[in-house]
Amino acid sequence: MNGVLNILIDIASTPAILVALIAVLGLGLQKKPIFDVVRGGIKTFVGFLVVTAGAGVIEGSLAPFGEMFQHAFNMQGVVPNNEAIVALALTKYGTYTALIMLVGMAFNILIARITKFKYIYLTGHATLYMACMIAVIMSVTKMSAVPLVLVGGLALGLANTIFPAIAQPFTKQITKNDSVALGHTGNFGYALSGFIGKYVGNKEKSTEDINFPKGLAFLRDSTVSITLTMGIVYTIVALFAGNTFISENLSDGTNYIIYALQQAGMFAAGVFVILAGVRLILAEIVPAFKGISEKLVPNSIPALDCPIVFPYAPNAVLIGFLTSFVGGIVSLLIMVATGTTVIIPGVVPHFFCGATAGVFGNATGGVRGAVVGSFIHGVIISFMPILLMPVMGDLGFQGSTFSDTDYGVTGIFLGKLADMGGQIAVVAGVLAVLALLIGLTVFGKKKGTEAKEAA
Amino acid sequence: MRMAAVCGSGLGSSFMVEMNINSVLNELGVTGIEVAHYDMGSATPDLADVFFVAGDLADSAQHLGNVVVLDSIIDMDELREKVRAVCVENELL
Repeated sequence: MNGVLNILIDIASTPAILVALIAVLGLGLQKKPIFDVVRGGIKTFVGFLVVTAGAGVIEGSLAPFGEMFQHAFNMQGVVPNNEAIVALALTKYGTYTALIMLVGMAFNILIARITKFKYIYLTGHATLYMACMIAVIMSVTKMSAVPLVLVGGLALGLANTIFPAIAQPFTKQITKNDSVALGHTGNFGYALSGFIGKYVGNKEKSTEDINFPKGLAFLRDSTVSITLTMGIVYTIVALFAGNTFISENLSDGTNYIIYALQQAGMFAAGVFVILAGVRLILAEIVPAFKGISEKLVPNSIPALDCPIVFPYAPNAVLIGFLTSFVGGIVSLLIMVATGTTVIIPGVVPHFFCGATAGVFGNATGGVRGAVVGSFIHGVIISFMPILLMPVMGDLGFQGSTFSDTDYGVTGIFLGKLADMGGQIAVVAGVLAVLALLIGLTVFGKKKGTEAKEAA
Repeated sequence: MRMAAVCGSGLGSSFMVEMNINSVLNELGVTGIEVAHYDMGSATPDLADVFFVAGDLADSAQHLGNVVVLDSIIDMDELREKVRAVCVENELL
């Protein structure tokens, strides 16, 4: 009997199997043929193991980078990359991540059902990564398993409802309709950029009137852009660390520049592997979630990935990326000057989030809105990680961290609550946010009926 | 035949387009088509017979050969029309 129980516990605490079971559950709920259910379960299982394998590759390239950086500048250098930090975190917090993701999706549907915020968050990888960060931060509070998953799941469900909602006034302006929302990891930053654009710019002077060379489009290929930027960053750090240090301590005699380029390539390879794994995991879970929510929430608005707004302003995409990146470099210089942890501008967050911030800034403030909005966005995603890292416990300083603004906002909110008042404060904080959404719904309805009566 | 949706990171938007293509194919009653999604970096011409990308990626997707460019990746009517055209062209409808 005990043996059976132990096996059950082993199954539940092996994240790869747990995620696979979640996929099986989702496919079963959709009444898919048994063949599809088995296939989906196996692909999810293997996908999780692929992510874990990618984590090993990333760890292998970040460790020598940390040592080189330390030796060269005598301070810590952190590469903000969601894929990297998630993969590292999953090896330790995988079970909680899987459960929080499942409960979070259920809460998202429930919140959309009972409040006026009808957003269903369909960007699966963003949900997975957010679940992972919440799992890490909740674990720091030492909460026991069941409340941890429930409160963490509720926090995720709330985040996945609120972030699309705060960007929606601007998203509407861009897509010219209210049937789609933006569900990406930087909604806070996009909304801020749209807000700033309104005050600094003039939307009549759109970025789309500029004739731009399309040459930078190849950066949309993340393998190319990560390898290029990491190659440059690793090489600069290697030059400062010196050939002697590297060939004696790290590279086993290989030339230091060659070694640096090889490690930069390893980093990109690790991200590539992780993305492949994440794709396998989500392939079965997201359609299930979509199917269930469509049945349960009438008039729901799907919140989708950020490239949905790119075609509306392709020039703003490039301008946003470039000025966000410049914001990252300016921030880096400030960090070097002040001697704090140095956040190295990550090309992926600056590309995807910076580009989207550019589109939002352009929608409200034209060229100037796009430039100022995404520059400030770039500064924010550089400094936010410095505030976020301490609340992530022992994962805070492993050479990588979460970058995009929504992770920062959620993580700092939960982490600071945990710091100040422990578990109770976290629970109270999450419930307060839920109460706020329900309050807004009830109040909004009242106002609506009053208005109708008045008319 | 095989169709594929491609986006920058191959996680979110291309997946959404894949799901939408599947539902369009269902509507049209066309069976036996495999649909997949890829990121720009991994997509190669041999992975599918037709690739769907958003307008902003049209230039980067040239090497894929048979590319259908979507003006808006959230417009179901546009997608329906373009998927139907591909099906007609390949004598599936």
